[in-house]
Amino acid sequence: MLKVAAKKQRGAFALDANFELPTPGVVALFGRSGCGKTTLVNVIAGLLVAEQGRVALDDAVLLDTDQGIDVPPERRRIGYVFQDARLFPHLKVAANLRYAFKRAAVAPFVGLDRVVDLLDLGPLLARHTHELSGGERQRVAIGRALLSQPSLLLLDEPLASLDASRREEVLPYLESLRDQLAIPMVYVSHNFDEVLRLATHLVLMESGKTIAQGDLGEMSLHPRVRAIIGADAVGAIVDGTVLGTDSSSGLTRVQVGLSVLRVHCGQAAPGAKLRVQLLARDLIVATEAPRHLSVRNSLKGVVTSVAHDVEDSDLIAIDIGGILIIARVTKAATSELGLAPGKAVWALVKTASLRPHAIRPSSARAI
Amino acid sequence: MMWLSANESEALALSLSVATRSVLFSLPFALLLAWVLTRKQFLGRTMLDAVVHLPLVLPPVVVGYILLLLFGARGPIGGWLERVFGIELIFTRNGAALATAVMSFPLMVRAMRISLENVDRGLEDAARTLGASAVDRFATITLPLMLPGVLAGAITAFSAALGEFGAVITFVSNIPGETRTLPLALYTALQTPGGDTQAARLAILSCVLGLGGLLLSEWFARRVRRMLGR
Repeated sequence: MLKVAAKKQRGAFALDANFELPTPGVVALFGRSGCGKTTLVNVIAGLLVAEQGRVALDDAVLLDTDQGIDVPPERRRIGYVFQDARLFPHLKVAANLRYAFKRAAVAPFVGLDRVVDLLDLGPLLARHTHELSGGERQRVAIGRALLSQPSLLLLDEPLASLDASRREEVLPYLESLRDQLAIPMVYVSHNFDEVLRLATHLVLMESGKTIAQGDLGEMSLHPRVRAIIGADAVGAIVDGTVLGTDSSSGLTRVQVGLSVLRVHCGQAAPGAKLRVQLLARDLIVATEAPRHLSVRNSLKGVVTSVAHDVEDSDLIAIDIGGILIIARVTKAATSELGLAPGKAVWALVKTASLRPHAIRPSSARAI
Repeated sequence: MMWLSANESEALALSLSVATRSVLFSLPFALLLAWVLTRKQFLGRTMLDAVVHLPLVLPPVVVGYILLLLFGARGPIGGWLERVFGIELIFTRNGAALATAVMSFPLMVRAMRISLENVDRGLEDAARTLGASAVDRFATITLPLMLPGVLAGAITAFSAALGEFGAVITFVSNIPGETRTLPLALYTALQTPGGDTQAARLAILSCVLGLGGLLLSEWFARRVRRMLGR
C-alpha cells in the first residue's frame, strides 16, 4: 500500500493532497494542467519539501514530518521519469542506463538485458542522447529509472511532449511494464486516453487538492472527471474476462457483469482480462429486449440514477450486474421511456464502437 | 630551442612554470568559490563576491603591495608559512605564482560560474533519484557538464598569468632565473641601453605564445563540446 499525505504552501498555491494505492497497481494523478500534480510527485520523490506530510510505501516510511523522518531522494528508491526525460547529455544511452544500475541500493530484480529487451533499447545503446527522437528519449528514461531497482515508479506526464503517433509508440511499453514488473506506479497525466490504458486507480486533483479517488471503473463515472474529459469522452471503463472467440464471426466474447460483449480483439486467450470503454454517447437504451437489430451487444441491467447532463440530455446510470455503465439519452427519451431508478433496461452498443485494451492483472510479487 | 637565446628561453620556461603553478594552485579554490557563489545563499555573499573580483579593478601594484604585507617574511601569513612549512614566497617563483594566481583568480571564477549557472539542476535531481549522493552528483554530472567553463577559465587564467607584470614585480621583484618572467624580461630589455632588438624579440615571442594559447583553447572547447554531444 502506498500512502501519501502532503501539505505545502507555495505563494498563492496550496497543495493539500491525500491518497492511497493498493500495491502493486497504477494510480493516475489526473487533473487539469497546473493543478499541482507535479508538485505532489516531487514531494513523493523528496525533491520538494512539504511543510507537513507523510509518505509510506508498505512498511517503509519515507517522510513523516510529525516524527521528523525525511529520507533523502537518493535513498528513497523511487524511480522518476520526468516529462523532459532528463537524460545525461555527456553520457551515451548505455552509460545513462548503467549510471542507474551501478547506484542501485538493492540486489537487482531487473537487469540490463531485461530492461533493454522490455523497452527495445538495443539499437539505441551506442547513441548519443541528442540523436534520439522524443519517444526514444522517454523509453531510455523509463529504462534508466527501472534500472535503479525502484520500489515505486513516478511518471510525470512522460508522453505529454510527444505527438499522438509517438505516444502510441511508447504506450505499449508502459503497458508491458505494468503487466510484467509489478512495480507500483504513480502516473501523472491530463490525457484520459493514457489513464484508460494504464491505470488501475485514479486520484482526481483540482487546484492543489485531491478531491476524489477510487478504482478506475468507479472514477470514470465521477462528475468532476466527466467535466474534465469532455462530454464526448464520457463513459464507463469496465474490465471483463475473455470467454472465447467465435470462429464464424471472428469476434471475441467478453464477460462483463451478467452480460457478454462481442468485441474485435484479434487473438485473446480465454480467461484473459480485457478493458473496454463504453462511451455514454455510443449507448442506446431500450426498455424491452431488443429484436431485429444489427447491434451485437445488449447488456441487461437496472437503472440506478438519472442525472442532468449537458444541454437537453440526461446521463442514465445502469447497473449491469455489479458494474455501472452510463448512457446519454435526450430528456425526451427519458420521459417517454419512463427511465427512473429501478427500471429494467437493455443497453445496446455496436461492436464497431468498442475499443478493447488488453490488461493483465499484475502478478503479486513482493519487491 | 635554437633560435632563442639563453636568457630568452630562461624567461619563457620560467613564465610557463609560474603560470602552470598559478593555475594548478588556484583551480580547486576557484571551483569551490564558483560553487559557493552560485549555489549557496548566505550572509556576506555579495561581500565575498566583491573581494574575489577586487584584483580586476585594483592597480596590480596595490595587489603586489598587499601580498607583500600579508605574505612577506614578517607578514602574518608569510611569517607563519616560513616558520611552520619552511615555504619562502618572497623573491621566489612560488611567490610569482601566488601573485599571478591572485590576479587571474576572478577570471577563472567568472568562467566557472557562468558554466555552472548553465548546468541544468534538473539533471542533478534526476541523478539524485537514481541514488547519487551529493559528492557523486558533483563528480559525475555537474563537473563534466561545466567542464567547458573550467577549461576556459583555466586557459584564460594561464594566459593572464603569463602576462602578469605589476603584481609580480612588486611582490617578488625582478630576479633573473627566479622571478624574471617574459613581461619582466621585456621591461628590463627596454630599460637597458641597446636592448631594442631584445625587446622586439621578446614581444614577438609573447604574441606567438598568446596566439597559440587562444587557438589551443578554441580547439579544446570544440573537443569538449563534441564530447558533451552538442
